Amino acid sequence: MPRIVVDVMLKPEILDPQGKAIVGALPRLGFTAFSAVRQGKRFELTVDGEVTDEILAQAREAAETMLSNPVIEDVVNVEVVAD
Amino acid sequence: MSETPLIGGLTQAPIDSRLAGARIGVVTFPGTLDDRDAIRAVRLSGATAVELWHGDSELAAVDAVIIPGGFSYGDYLRAGAISRFAPLMSKIVDAANSDAKLPVLGICNGFQILTEAHLLPGSMIKNDHLKFLCRDQVLRVENNTSAWTNAYDLGQDITVPLKNQDGQYIADEKTLDALEAEGRVAFRYVGGNPNGSRRDIAGISNAAGNVVGLMPHPEHAVEEGYGPGHTGTDGLGFFTSVLNTLLGGK
Repeated sequence: MPRIVVDVMLKPEILDPQGKAIVGALPRLGFTAFSAVRQGKRFELTVDGEVTDEILAQAREAAETMLSNPVIEDVVNVEVVAD
Repeated sequence: MSETPLIGGLTQAPIDSRLAGARIGVVTFPGTLDDRDAIRAVRLSGATAVELWHGDSELAAVDAVIIPGGFSYGDYLRAGAISRFAPLMSKIVDAANSDAKLPVLGICNGFQILTEAHLLPGSMIKNDHLKFLCRDQVLRVENNTSAWTNAYDLGQDITVPLKNQDGQYIADEKTLDALEAEGRVAFRYVGGNPNGSRRDIAGISNAAGNVVGLMPHPEHAVEEGYGPGHTGTDGLGFFTSVLNTLLGGK
């Protein structure tokens, strides 16, 4: 069954306190190469059948209107993944 | 319905019987916590509380609506993001934007729902310190002309409980400037910003002044024995303000 993957990230100018907490914890496990972490959301929308242009357009609209809040978030990726 | 006094007396003079004719709806979503307190606050103000269910398709002829706090839909997706699509919400949005200017108050999760529904600008993100915070919070009244704030004095400090995890109010600079210029910052945090909210904003109103949202909880400060410092009743003004509005006083 094909899936449409939608990735949502906080806008770059919005402070990400969860990412900050993660980057603070990484060195404690010896991971010292990472200077910043931003945490986002990944959605997987399963489609029964073929992903038509219309279905992909619906996914983009859902991503902009419900899966993300444009005040604080950007939709950074919408793509079809075949299993 | 008469309310049973708990501790502290409800012995003030009988409330104007006209007030009981005002029907204030309180909406319950799956995961709402503070609907009972909001209903009690409405009754203590003298009005009639009307229980509304998020799946209702009609507003039951209410004169105003309170969207109370809690964790509707478990804050899944984003706080308030799924509640926004409840059947009753479209009715509330239409009525708030109509000529009738239905007064709507969003408290905490209710404020988050109102921003997701685009009745109020901006959004809430996680507190800057990442912790759930519960404390008595001093707020400064910065707007006393809205439907929910007209019983207060401009510049008055009030103390009400604050309790949330996603309480950091944010909006872009242009929106913040417009809110300030139009006098739509209703409340500001005093004595330290508890969550990183932009410009210490605790609550805002829409342009018409009928819709107000704030993160702190006035409905938990309406009754002696239970409010901040065990005596604080500073929150009652929200509920008497809307009665002023409905009865044509302001």
